[in-house]
Amino acid sequence: MNKINKDNFKQDAYKYGFVTEIEDEKIPKGLNEEVIKLISRKKNEPKWMLEWRLAAYERLKSMEVPKWARANIAEIDFQDLYYYSSPKDFKDKPKSLQEVDPKLLETYEKLGIPLKEQEALAGVAVDAVFDSVSVATTFKEKLNEIGVIFCPISEAIQKHPDLVKKYIGSVIPVTDHFYATLNSAVFSDGSFVYIPKNVKCPMELSTYFRINASETGQFERTLIIADEGSYVSYLEGCTAPMRDENQLHAANVELVALDNAEIKYSTVQNWYPGNEDGKGGIYNFVTKRGLCKGKNSKISWTQIETGSAITWKYPSCILRGDNSTGEFYSVAITNNHQQADTGTKMIHLGKNTKSRIVSKGISAGKSSNTYRGLVNFHRKAENSKNFTQCDSLLVGSNCKANTIPLTENNSNTSSLEHEATTSKISDDQLFYCMQRGLDAEEAQSLIVNGFCKEVLQQLPMEFAVEAQKLVSISLEGSVG
Amino acid sequence: MLEIKNLDVSVEDKQIIKNLNLKIGPGEVHAIMGPNGSGKSTIAHTLAGKPNYLVEAGNVDFKNEDLIAKDPYERSLLGLFLAFQYPIELPGVTNASYLKQILNAHRKSRGENPIDAGEFLKILKEKSRNLNIPMEMHSRFVNAGFSGGEKKKNEVLQMDLLNPSLIIMDETDSGLDVDALKSTSEAVNKLRDGKRSFLIITHYLRLLEYIEPDHVHVFGDGSIIESGDKSLASRIDNEGYEVK
Repeated sequence: MNKINKDNFKQDAYKYGFVTEIEDEKIPKGLNEEVIKLISRKKNEPKWMLEWRLAAYERLKSMEVPKWARANIAEIDFQDLYYYSSPKDFKDKPKSLQEVDPKLLETYEKLGIPLKEQEALAGVAVDAVFDSVSVATTFKEKLNEIGVIFCPISEAIQKHPDLVKKYIGSVIPVTDHFYATLNSAVFSDGSFVYIPKNVKCPMELSTYFRINASETGQFERTLIIADEGSYVSYLEGCTAPMRDENQLHAANVELVALDNAEIKYSTVQNWYPGNEDGKGGIYNFVTKRGLCKGKNSKISWTQIETGSAITWKYPSCILRGDNSTGEFYSVAITNNHQQADTGTKMIHLGKNTKSRIVSKGISAGKSSNTYRGLVNFHRKAENSKNFTQCDSLLVGSNCKANTIPLTENNSNTSSLEHEATTSKISDDQLFYCMQRGLDAEEAQSLIVNGFCKEVLQQLPMEFAVEAQKLVSISLEGSVG
Repeated sequence: MLEIKNLDVSVEDKQIIKNLNLKIGPGEVHAIMGPNGSGKSTIAHTLAGKPNYLVEAGNVDFKNEDLIAKDPYERSLLGLFLAFQYPIELPGVTNASYLKQILNAHRKSRGENPIDAGEFLKILKEKSRNLNIPMEMHSRFVNAGFSGGEKKKNEVLQMDLLNPSLIIMDETDSGLDVDALKSTSEAVNKLRDGKRSFLIITHYLRLLEYIEPDHVHVFGDGSIIESGDKSLASRIDNEGYEVK
């Protein structure tokens, strides 16, 4: 009886765990030159792109999987993975939504992302990436009218090669580290955004990543360029089916902000976290980096990390332009056996650069949650400032929270401020809320949402309510 | 309304309440007075279901239900309200959203829909005005950085909002100056409607000068040692707890 209830609970807790029954087409398992050439051919890429991929692969051969993260990672056999999977009828990419397999549209509807424009969330343009391909991008034409390019990166490589060539790999070098280099060799799809000079993008842009095929890795590649004086707010969401195997999502995301430009990048990460015994779940090994290239530019990362068996990501800012600003707002929630090792790097190169880090880690069950961060002031980064706040909240007594903030200050005129707290939800707080009629889970979720408030309020309004619910759902079953 | 029979309660293996008996009828206002450290607050916490307050013997009947068998939130939904001596802070949770959420929890248990945002604001404005609470307080975090008076007013506001049938006030007068005591008491008196019952736990007479009780009980050594009308409170105030 107990067992049945538990399974039901699990179903409730992760409601995106279904599989879409759709015929797919895969490139045979394995990592080699042939596979990379096939991926490139499938995407109809120009020669320079293939050469770029192959150069990355050449480099990868001599690189090793990083071992330093505070996580127990099962050995990944990179030859036993599919690197490309797409719905079968995608040989000729559908030109309009009418040509897209209804099953795919249905999938996104089930995930709460209607793709038909008349039904779509007003004010949000969506790029839907299913395994290795983008199935649809909404409001593309409308955005085009004002010069905003929002399309799958595979399409940008063909239609806007100059922009892609100029910026791809300019923030995350091909040789950065094992997973970043792997991504550069085999990346499949992701979004491309270009905001022209002095344009404030009138809509939220958003990409929805879905892993569906089994034994398949997803290698997202996203590139966002905000030209001088422009502004864009971008959001990504991620879900995957419930499976016993661990699946790999290794993304590279690069942001470039030129003079006076601002990019706001938000993530709601809800990959399948594995079951309550720690079986299955996504390995989310992600490299995200933004370059504040121009003066007075600003890049702001906001992330709500609730899914994945292991999360391993450090969305970072390189503050090269004078007076540029980097921000990192993070909520990372781990439950059951989840492991999260996340944080940021703020690299201050320019004068008068500012960065702000607000990290809220919540651990429950037997999970482990680490904040790892680096704030670096270059010798020339005069009068620069950083503020870091790392708060950890423990739910129960079997979980772990670690805070590893590193600082390197080579500038005499710059200043760092660091605050860190670790707390438990107090019995008095729970009792107070329950005395007023909230049950234990409602009370806990109210307190946790309060703890995360500073970060949650950074999200675009359309997603803030969803994120609050997600915070509550992720902790279900953790009340003692 | 409430009937406590032969109640024994221990906290962390120490027996605090011994064979307590008390009956409160609808509309009645009872006061329990006792010296500091006598454990009179334990009665309040036990009735509200605070964890670690272990009922070893006896039972409590509230509106014909076995109160002790219920979770704290069920007791609240059933109409029991405990005004805390030290209201708890909830950082990051704005008072307005908190008030709305607890109101909706009670509405849900009555089978009603969540309250409409406009209607809630109207009710909040009206009830806040009665208590001289500035609306600005509702955009602050629950009890965080509130003065003693603001905290107590916020408790009374919640009483008013949730419409309980039994209100237990645990040392509500502590930390209040004369003016705050007076205005808080006036607000509580407005909630006396002849049906709602009160259990007021206090050390001093002064609160009872504003909220006049029908019955006064003196608590000592884990139980009620003397009961009477409000004149008992004055006598205690003159003679102290030691004299019987």
